[in-house]
This record gives sequence, C-alpha cells and structure tokens, in this order.
Amino acid sequence: MLPEPLPLPDSPFRRIDPRLRIVTAVLFSFAVALASEWAALGAGFGCAWLAIILCGLSPWRVLKRIAPAFGFILFLWAVLPLTVPGPALLRLGPLPLSAPGIALAGGITLKAAAILPAITLLIGTLPVATIGHALQRLRVPEKLVYLLLFCYRYIFVIEEEYRRLERAARLRSFRPGTNLHTYRTYAYLIAMLFLRAALRADQVHRAMLCRGFHGRFHTLEEIRFRATDRYWALALAIPPGIVTALQWLLLHP
Amino acid sequence: MAAAPPLIKLSGISFSYPGGKPLFKGLDLELRAGERLGLSGPNGAGKTTLFHLIVGLLKPAAGAIEAFGSPLKNESDFVAARRRIGLLFQDADDQLFSPTVLEDVAFGPLNLGKTPAEAREAATRTLALLGLQGFEERPIHHLSGGEKKLVSLATLLAMEPEVLLLDEPTNGLDDKTKANFLDILQRLEISFIIISHELDFLEQSARTIYALAEGRILSDDQITLHRHVHAHPHGSLPHHHHD
Repeated sequence: MLPEPLPLPDSPFRRIDPRLRIVTAVLFSFAVALASEWAALGAGFGCAWLAIILCGLSPWRVLKRIAPAFGFILFLWAVLPLTVPGPALLRLGPLPLSAPGIALAGGITLKAAAILPAITLLIGTLPVATIGHALQRLRVPEKLVYLLLFCYRYIFVIEEEYRRLERAARLRSFRPGTNLHTYRTYAYLIAMLFLRAALRADQVHRAMLCRGFHGRFHTLEEIRFRATDRYWALALAIPPGIVTALQWLLLHP
Repeated sequence: MAAAPPLIKLSGISFSYPGGKPLFKGLDLELRAGERLGLSGPNGAGKTTLFHLIVGLLKPAAGAIEAFGSPLKNESDFVAARRRIGLLFQDADDQLFSPTVLEDVAFGPLNLGKTPAEAREAATRTLALLGLQGFEERPIHHLSGGEKKLVSLATLLAMEPEVLLLDEPTNGLDDKTKANFLDILQRLEISFIIISHELDFLEQSARTIYALAEGRILSDDQITLHRHVHAHPHGSLPHHHHD
C-alpha cells in the first residue's frame, strides 16, 4: 500500500502555493546533500525538525514514516567503518573501525535525518493530485506528471490483479520452491500482469476518448501565487540559505 | 409534423474481429427519444462490441451509423457524437482514472471546454444527484465496487448526455446496490440502451427488451420472455410479486 499524505494541521503554512513547497524541498535537499561541514549538516537537521514542530506535525509520526530508510543506513554503519581506509578510531575485538569510515556513515545519517523529514513535511503532506498539478505548473513534462498520477491510481488495481492470479495459483496447490516450475510459474504470472496492464491501458484510453479526451489534460485545481506567498518564499529560503552559507564560510574561512 | 429522427440508428452493420468469425451480419438497431432499451445476449454475442461500434471506438466492415439525425462517418463525427452519448464501461476501474472522485467527474466537463469553476460545480451537483455528497476528495481506490459504479455513472451524467449506453452495469453489484442503481436509472430522464445478461434486471429497467443472437437483433415477439422460476431470499415465505 502507498502511504496516504500525513494530515497537516491547518495553518498559514498549509495554504501556501504547493509549488513553493516543492521548490523548497528540492533546494533544501541539494543544499544538505552537497554540504560536508558538520555545522552545516547540523543546521539543516535542526531547521527540518524545528519546522516540523512549528507546523504542528507530530515528530513521532514523521519518524515512523521515514523509519524504513534507516534500514539502509544501518547497513552503511555495518559496512563503512570496516571498509573505508584510515586510522582506527575504535577497535571492536580484532576489527579496527576507521575514523573516516565512521565520519562518512555519520554524515550520511545526518543528511538523511535532515532531508527525509523536510520532504515529509513539505511534500509528504500534499495530496498526490496536488503534487501532480504543482509539477505541471512548474513545467515538468506532462508525460512524467501523468505517469506519476496514473501510477498512483493503478498501482492498487494491478496489485489486486496480482493477488488474484497468485491466489488462483495457490488454490491449485502451487507451492513456491527453488525449482524451475516455480520460476516458470512466476514468469507466467508476471507476463500475465503486463498483458493485463496493457489491455487495461487500452480500455482506460477508450473510456477517456468517450468522455471527450483529445490529448490534453485540463486541471481543476487553480494554483495561485498570492501576495503572502512572497513572504513565505523568503521564509522558506532561510533553511537552504543557512546550510549553504555555513558550508561556504567554513570551507573558505 | 415529421417524427423526430432516432437518437441512434444502426443499419446493416457487419463486423468481425481480425481472424474471428463474423460477429454481426446486417444488424439493425434504433433508439428513439424517450426509449429505454434492454439488450440481452449470451457471452461473446458482441454486446460490448456493439456499444464500441456506436461510439466509433471500433469501425464496422459494412453498414451505416447515424446519431441525432446525422450520419457518423469519420472520427470528427464520432468525437462530436461522443459528447452527447455517455458510455458506461463494464469495469469501473477502466472508467475512473483520476486520483480523486471530484477530478474524475470533472474530467468530462473540462474536456467540453468548461472552466475549472464550472466543471467543479457540475461535478459537485452530479455527485449530489446520485447521493454521493462528501465523496469529492475520496481517492478512487478507497471506493467499494458499488460506489465505483455510481461514480462512473456520475462521470457520464456530469457531461449531460442525451443517450446512455450501459454495459453490464450490475455486474458484481450486490442486491442492495443493484436496487439503488435501478432507482437512479428510473429517476433519470435520459434514453438509454442497457446490456445485461440478467433478465430480471432488464425487465425492471427497460421498456423494450431485444436479444442479440446470431449476429442480429431479435425483437420482442421473436424472443418472448416467459419465465416462472426464480430465486430470492424469501423463497420459503409467502410473498407477493408486483404485477
């Protein structure tokens, strides 16, 4: 299941132009991802979580939402201290844990802990339809936008079709194992899924033609950049600004 | 005064799928204003194909299609006719493709050139007409089968069609939802053709019932509906049938 957008308490922040939120998320992510100084990363981390608290979003729920990503990071902690060459900072029995390795893993963790909550706050609280329209208004190619929207709509239908096929196979005593029969069955299953998706696409297109579709999508949402959004643009520029400024100042003292 | 031309008129339609045997041979069908036509037929008789021919999604090998008094020949004729004919697809998941209910219902009106505000208004009004108030922002994939079917109908009605083509509308609906759907159909003042293999439902929704068989339409006197046996939840209790 795709997660639903997190409910964001009503506030002036919720009503700002969604385009502004997407642009901020992109700028902030780049600023933090490209930073290397601890102070800059720390500032990014602080800004993200402070914003979450200010907007009334529960930090606990945000943490739960982004937790799966930290599985990958745990993996980095298991590998990097042992593999990055450099002087040992600690010893774990016979294994030396290198200082640059630990620093690298720590840096990545801090970046993730700053970028993921920021994206959750800025984009994860928007309905998918709004994200689509905002992207469209930001001149993202229409095909990509509709790919996103159609994925969101049909991923459940296709999942349901997969489950039906799999259930039918199991009801005929199919038990997956490590053998050619299993591989072949799954190959058929996936092939059937592609075939059905193609047929479905054909039908959807027909239904759209019947409702007067002629190659262009119109949107219902009217996204407007209002006067107050100008102040919001300035406010939202502060976190990426701080991160970039700190990074630059510390690198060029 | 001359009689108004039929809303839809098919004459001498022949059609076959590539590599298949002929599905229709010289098929004639007419839908007049105010008429409610039921069409029954076995699986594979070409019920869905017939609808797709009417709206020009498929092209016949021979024969003529007319709608609202003018012949439909090329794609632009069909595009114009589709604005006035609403086709309800058998699978609601084919019909509903937008992330939310409101956007899907507004899709047609927007295509007809309405402004976003007008389209939103038309969509909200149509949803209310079908008792779907409060569904506007619901994601489509959270709807039940019956709700999807009603929303599909709303997407058509929002375009204010003059004819509805309903393809197995009761497929997979439970009795209560079916009754609700029937109730809505009876309130609408739109001519329609409904295809279904459920004769019970056809008897309740349509005024005239034709059968599709052997590539042609067989009319009332050729099919004589005559059945006595039926099953329903009160089978062992004394009960009345509306007559």
